Amino acid sequence: MSCPMCEKRAVPGAQAFTEEEKRNGIRIALAGNPNCGKTTAFNEYTGAHQHVGNYPGVTVEKKEGWTSCGGHKVLMVDLPGTYSLTPYSMEERVVREVLAPEDRTERPRAVIDIIDSATLERGLFLAVQIRELGQNVVLACNMMDEARKAGTVIDLDRLSARFGVRAVPTVARSGEGLDKALELAIEEAQKEAKPLSISYGPDIDPALLKMESIINDRQLLTSRYPARWTALKILENDDVVRAQVQAADNVAGRELAAIRDTLAAHLASTFDTTPDAVISDYRYGFINSVLKDGVVRRDDTKDRLALTDKIDKVLTNTVLGPLFMLGVVYFMFWTTFIVGAYPQGWVENFFAWLGEVMTGVLPEGLVQSLVVDGIIGGVGGVLSFVPLILIMFLIVSFLEDSGYMARLAYMLDRVMRAFGLHGASVMPFIIAGGIAGSCAIPGVMATRTMRSEKERMATMMTLPLMTCGAKIPVFLMLTAAFFAENQAGIMFAITLCGWAVALLVSLFLRKTVFRGESTPFVMELPPYRLPTLRSILTHTWERGWMYIKKAGTVILAISVILWAALAFPALTEEQAAPFEAKIAAFEAQISPLEEELAALTAQLEDADASSRADMEKAVADLAARKDALEEQKAEAENALASEEVRNTCGGRIGQFIEPVFRPLGFDWRTDVALISGVVAKEAILSTMGTAYSIGETDPEEPDSLSAKLASDPGWSKTVALALMLFVLIYSPCFVTLVVLKNEAGGWRWLFFSMIFNTAVAYAAAYAGTVVGNILWG
Amino acid sequence: MSQMNLRQLAPGQKASIVKITACGELGRRIRDMGLVPGMSVQVLGKAPLRDPVALRIEGSTIALRNSEADYVSVEVR
Repeated sequence: MSCPMCEKRAVPGAQAFTEEEKRNGIRIALAGNPNCGKTTAFNEYTGAHQHVGNYPGVTVEKKEGWTSCGGHKVLMVDLPGTYSLTPYSMEERVVREVLAPEDRTERPRAVIDIIDSATLERGLFLAVQIRELGQNVVLACNMMDEARKAGTVIDLDRLSARFGVRAVPTVARSGEGLDKALELAIEEAQKEAKPLSISYGPDIDPALLKMESIINDRQLLTSRYPARWTALKILENDDVVRAQVQAADNVAGRELAAIRDTLAAHLASTFDTTPDAVISDYRYGFINSVLKDGVVRRDDTKDRLALTDKIDKVLTNTVLGPLFMLGVVYFMFWTTFIVGAYPQGWVENFFAWLGEVMTGVLPEGLVQSLVVDGIIGGVGGVLSFVPLILIMFLIVSFLEDSGYMARLAYMLDRVMRAFGLHGASVMPFIIAGGIAGSCAIPGVMATRTMRSEKERMATMMTLPLMTCGAKIPVFLMLTAAFFAENQAGIMFAITLCGWAVALLVSLFLRKTVFRGESTPFVMELPPYRLPTLRSILTHTWERGWMYIKKAGTVILAISVILWAALAFPALTEEQAAPFEAKIAAFEAQISPLEEELAALTAQLEDADASSRADMEKAVADLAARKDALEEQKAEAENALASEEVRNTCGGRIGQFIEPVFRPLGFDWRTDVALISGVVAKEAILSTMGTAYSIGETDPEEPDSLSAKLASDPGWSKTVALALMLFVLIYSPCFVTLVVLKNEAGGWRWLFFSMIFNTAVAYAAAYAGTVVGNILWG
Repeated sequence: MSQMNLRQLAPGQKASIVKITACGELGRRIRDMGLVPGMSVQVLGKAPLRDPVALRIEGSTIALRNSEADYVSVEVR
């Protein structure tokens, strides 16, 4: 995008751009309320020249992009959508950090504030605060097309004159007015920034003046914030700024706090109010004075929200609302897990094929095993989730951008609140464990849309407790072995159990680790809109790519480590010798039999009718003998495999921890399987199969393993129940753990999830053992 | 004209906000969304479980919990 117009105008008294800015781009920030069309505008401005990352330590997306205007290179920063600049949410703290960074060279030169023309007051409420922070602002009055259609006329010239900020009518979807807004922003960027100063009335103004003089005298944070802004934040009891002030100058901090306390006491006794309430009332008062005498003329016969209201009458109706919701959830599952299974299968097949190719290319041995089982197996496992994540985010982005997601939270908040969660926790829960075949990974990633921190953490940490697609084969195998008469009922009970455990644990976490008042629900139900394909695709791709990048690197390392744990140390030759001798002995018996069988079969073809019957019988006998021997040989091979597992680090750990799990009825073989289940829950069955020496078990057909366990004296209904409960609850798989670490923002959450969930699982499984003993003796 | 709690407002009824008694984060959130004295408000509907409640405030729809609505006093016109 370029606009030749700005080249013509020379700005008087300009603050020249530095060489660095000319090279890297002039920093311009895009701010605005949620749902005001800010992201659409950002995409219009920057096109494909975007870079998405995270702000350090938090999961707020950091979006930057490049564009140009009148020969200037512009680095555009898309800020998260907020209504205000309080310290209460991550998004708002991030906006403050970006607009007034510690390093002054990173400060944006100007801000384009996007405002939804239908909610001018609310938009200006944010604009006033950005101006108070000392930023030069250009207002982009967006969605003007909708406003025109609704018969709303806004006198932008008068608004600009009264507010002291230039305003441009825009339609982000079509790009209308965006050039002009950027052009003005570049002009603003060259002006000296003078913070807005408005009156806060006879009680607060004198206090502000006093505080400002203290702040200016002591040069308190003045290189970062305007003095009046710091004073306002102290009056508003802003924890973050108060801590910064305290850290910078202890004495001045106490002096300022004393002024605040005196004022607060005065306001409480005379008007029964608080400084922050008065400040916000005066801000709205200022906005009303800007908008008075018909700056905005609305046509009362036309209602922009008439259609939205009609749709809401149906979609949030007491009866139809929940029904429609069920339909949406069902559709989402069907698409994600049934349709998504095809591309997932392709990815899996591709890696299986790659594994085969590498098996052929590489010589047999450790390197082959590392590449095929460790690297290709591990990375393939991670990438096979990518289609599911992409499809799920395609739908979630659509639901979000269309406005329906907010309605879901609205309808189910009452239920989720009972467990210390938020209405917006519903979606992640449904994705992670709503029905068979779901997965915690996209669920954890979907918590990004939640804005309340404590509820978000509690949601994230409890999602892995639900039944996911990979745990189901374990339940199927165990129910087939021990509860064959009521398999469906037990499976259903396990799913319900997952929900119950997740909700109860989140209630527990909200009372302990994430203790605190519930975050206010107050949220906007945005007007229904048809999302643009581009914004949905961009959104989906960004999230998918982040998953591939971050999970891919860590998972690669972890899968190599776990591969090594289950491969080393190998059996020594002496240890393996007795097993191999046995196998060789069977082979020696089998090969002459095979030859004999081949000879007899050849004779049979030429034989006449009289001797035919006898010969057929002889062939059948021979074949039966051969089959019996081959079975014995397979058993010997499985015994070797079992011994190999027993000898590895993993196997030794399994034996080492056996006493811990004895009370639950698990032996070392189950313990090894549980350890490998931390890599991927699918691995539980195959490891059990190997350890119980029945060869590799196909998770799709676990019949042989269930038959084995059903006849094993160490196993009973009680042990099966304990194992099912344990598998349901214990440590999430590594991909989930890594995603958790990224989303929760720290390694400690990875370890917390591993240890805490395993402890809960142990308790639940032990309770299961007690109940089982009572029921089945 | 009678003053009452926002929770007591019937669906469809219009009123104007008189006072917000919430402080701290809740107070900020309510005010940030444009619920300030003088604004007119109308109850659009309630969620299937009768909580939260959806309000029309100046060109937008805002939802808040019943317990949060208790902090908003309104005056029916």
